[in-house]
Amino acid sequence: MARLMELDGGAGRLSDQNDSMKGRSPPERDAGDMIEHQSEQTSAGSEVNAAALDEARLRQQAIGVRLRQMFDEVVNEPVPDEFLDILRRADKSAEQG
Amino acid sequence: MVDRSPRDPALDNAFKAEIVTLIPHLRAFARTLCGDATAADDLAQDAMMKAWDARASFQMGTNMKAWTFMILRNQFYSEKRRSWRQSQLDQEAAERTLVAVDDPEAPVALDELRLSLGMLPPEQREALILVGAGGFAYEEAAEICGVAVGTVKSRVSRARRALQAILEAGAYDRDGGAAGDAMRSILADAERLSTAR
Repeated sequence: MARLMELDGGAGRLSDQNDSMKGRSPPERDAGDMIEHQSEQTSAGSEVNAAALDEARLRQQAIGVRLRQMFDEVVNEPVPDEFLDILRRADKSAEQG
Repeated sequence: MVDRSPRDPALDNAFKAEIVTLIPHLRAFARTLCGDATAADDLAQDAMMKAWDARASFQMGTNMKAWTFMILRNQFYSEKRRSWRQSQLDQEAAERTLVAVDDPEAPVALDELRLSLGMLPPEQREALILVGAGGFAYEEAAEICGVAVGTVKSRVSRARRALQAILEAGAYDRDGGAAGDAMRSILADAERLSTAR
């Protein structure tokens, strides 16, 4: 592989790759990966990277909001009478016992 | 098994008053564990009774929410061990639960979040629910699950990443859903919610 790169003129190919990367947003990754890989990025990519990091944070926040909403939806349901009936019965047997 | 010595009625009343306020939370946690709403209420009722029977061992003033959640969770996993068949997530029951959401305005994305959550490993799902929705600190969640704090932290972070990946890929378990719509819908809704507040 290394030899192939040399024969093709590896340096030239690498710079071509860099040029083509500039206009492109980084591949979609999750927030954790982005944080881990951030230090490996070149300074040229840091602005794009920061934006992607913000985007990832936004997405995680959005999921968090929805998760709480999903949970709270059940919390806000009226409690079925059964629950209180059971407690009432338990209470009586406690008094008798 | 349970201490039957006479208890101060005032203490029992205080215990009961507090556990009543926790019922909605126990139901919500049970729903995330069971999927099926009816099975979840059975579980929550069992947990409530177990807590009541064990009230002598609870020290008033300590964290009753965490204590009852731990009882509910233990109950869920011991039932699961007893009967795999009954407790395995029944797809039909799960779908009934989704249909049973009676708010006609309820956005589709909520169902997709539920389905995506269902694809996470159980230990990641419960960690994320406890910390991300139940309002527990990592330390409390660790106590409820009987694992180290670091384990909870890593489970929550893995769950968050996996959930986002599932939602973005539209890989949740449903036919006909357009890929990528769930995440877009969740983002749009979060925006609406944040501006509404």
